[in-house]
Amino acid sequence: MNIHEYQTKDLLKHYGVPVPPGRVVHTDAQAATVAEEIGGARWVVKAQIHSGGRGKAGGVRVGNSIDEVKVIADEILGSLLVTHQTGAEGRLVRRVLVEQASNIVREYYVGLIIDRATRRITLVASAEGGVEIEVVAKETPERIIREVIDPAVGLLDFQCRKVAYKVGLKGALLPQAVKVMKGLYRCMRDNDASMAEINPLAIVDNDQLLALDAKMSFDDNALYRRPTISELRDFDEEDPKEVEATGHGLNYIALDGDVGCIVNGAGLAMATMDAITLQGGRPANFLDVGGGATPEKVANAFRIVLQDPAVKIILINIFAGINRCDWIATGIIQAMRDQNIKMPIIVRLAGTNVEEGRAILNASKFPFIIASNLTDAAAKAVTEVNNIVQKVVPLKKEHS
Amino acid sequence: MSVLLNKDSRVIFQGFTGQHATFHAEEAMKIGTNVVGGVTPGKGGTQHLNLPVFDTVEEAVQATGADVSGIFAPPPFAADAIMEAIDAGIKTIVVIADGIPVQDMVRVERYRLGTNSIIIGPNTPGIITPGVGKVGIMPSHIYSPGRIGIVSRSGTLNYEAVAQMSELGLGQSSSIGIGGDPVNGTDFATVLKAFEDDPETDAVLMIGEIGGPQEVDAARWAKKNMRKPLIGYVAGLSAPPGRRMGHAGAIISSESDTATAKIDAMEALGMFVVRNPADIGATVLRAIKS
Repeated sequence: MNIHEYQTKDLLKHYGVPVPPGRVVHTDAQAATVAEEIGGARWVVKAQIHSGGRGKAGGVRVGNSIDEVKVIADEILGSLLVTHQTGAEGRLVRRVLVEQASNIVREYYVGLIIDRATRRITLVASAEGGVEIEVVAKETPERIIREVIDPAVGLLDFQCRKVAYKVGLKGALLPQAVKVMKGLYRCMRDNDASMAEINPLAIVDNDQLLALDAKMSFDDNALYRRPTISELRDFDEEDPKEVEATGHGLNYIALDGDVGCIVNGAGLAMATMDAITLQGGRPANFLDVGGGATPEKVANAFRIVLQDPAVKIILINIFAGINRCDWIATGIIQAMRDQNIKMPIIVRLAGTNVEEGRAILNASKFPFIIASNLTDAAAKAVTEVNNIVQKVVPLKKEHS
Repeated sequence: MSVLLNKDSRVIFQGFTGQHATFHAEEAMKIGTNVVGGVTPGKGGTQHLNLPVFDTVEEAVQATGADVSGIFAPPPFAADAIMEAIDAGIKTIVVIADGIPVQDMVRVERYRLGTNSIIIGPNTPGIITPGVGKVGIMPSHIYSPGRIGIVSRSGTLNYEAVAQMSELGLGQSSSIGIGGDPVNGTDFATVLKAFEDDPETDAVLMIGEIGGPQEVDAARWAKKNMRKPLIGYVAGLSAPPGRRMGHAGAIISSESDTATAKIDAMEALGMFVVRNPADIGATVLRAIKS
């Protein structure tokens, strides 16, 4: 789960990480009031959406007067921000963070990741702040400093000092850097975050370190024990179909093709998408019905897949282990009947109770297209979808 | 495969009297798995499935000589159950739970350091050695004894590969799911080494997916250390970056996480690679004939 920048900064503040004075607002009038309250000569107005690249997209702007802050807030609020992560349709800005602007002397990067190779939380730092760490990692990997943290003792002072000296934070800045790193680590550990980063961590006037931007993601599997973090979830930032799917115990991710997919197991779901792609088709979604899928769960899967108007056919690929093909088949029939589905449905069933499942499909009056294996299923899906696409006569353009 | 689950293995289940453990313990016993008892705190001294129930893993090990444990505890309690098994000296620990907090696994892996325990999973279908037994949730009827070792992150994709192999008459020496989580107990390379040392395995199929470095790390290890043919597939060719594809660990965070990057790297390291998931069985057959 992701949260907004202002929420991340609120959290970090509690762990002793210094952030600029500021507040989140929903209207331009509030923006002006906040600017006045926090004082200063210049302010930054920052669009609060779950996406990187907000600055480049015009979502982060500096105002030199209260009036300017108001105008900028008015322009950003309610606009659709298009970044490299939002897609062409952009993301509606519902709130902005108004902060005192700082005179930046130098920018650094400090982050924490859960490193799969060492199976530990690892501190990552760089003197190249303000740019994406992935870019630094690719272009100048030698400029990235790493320090692996032993979970038995946590991040130690000497480790922070090592990292600080290596990126060039010394003198009066050293104790501040240690405090920031330890605060970031405690915040990550105490709240079951899966990543945390401050970028940039800046030296501003009077040798002060300040977290100018920060980002945290949280482990969905640990939210049950982090109620205060769960409350930070912003459903406006998520695909409503994906939210609904999660509510039904389904794992759904929207893609941009036209072959709807209903599969059990994440690996097989990805492989099914791959098989469709390799046959020249385009999957409309990733959907994993999970283990122990009841007929109701299968019917819900249909409902969610069909909310996508681009879907022209549905491919069902089930290899039942703890699932049962007869339950899946019953769910398919239920969906066909209750949701009045007319589009071609390709079904591949294998594994537990496969004979019973096929018998249920055969006994129904619906014209299922039965596939014998994965290749057959993908090939039949692509043939069907191509038939539909060819039948649609392109509209003559009225204006050119 | 003799290392993880063999004829001499003595298997217990943790969370034994629960619904899932009961069902899968019965299934395991049907195919001959040597189940010797189980653990459910508070139910020690009773019998379940005609086997003794113990309050602690330590007691179970003392009384039965158990060396393999299947953990069916739900995610919030799984880390504690794993560490209890490690403490009791269990050698092979199979963790079925899907949804263990990742920082719990970071602590578990730290606790395991310096012990002889091997953790299979979490978020795994488990281990099956056809003809000997299983500890896990996979449908055993699709597997058949043979000489191909399988190691995979995904469960159902493992079944898919088995079905394709069965059509071509190929059986399995063992099939091991290492699980779909970002921090897991055993990586591909560790299982590859076990298969390389196993006299009952002729070739190994490795089924990976997007996210993380371990497929390529394993391929690098294999190039140096493995003489048996190694076949690899990576799911998620069409997965978009930055999205978690069902498994907690299946997410493209950098270019090297993509299926194409991993397959290209594996091919460059001399592995037999499968680009289309429909060709898994055929590629295994080609590899053992070469």
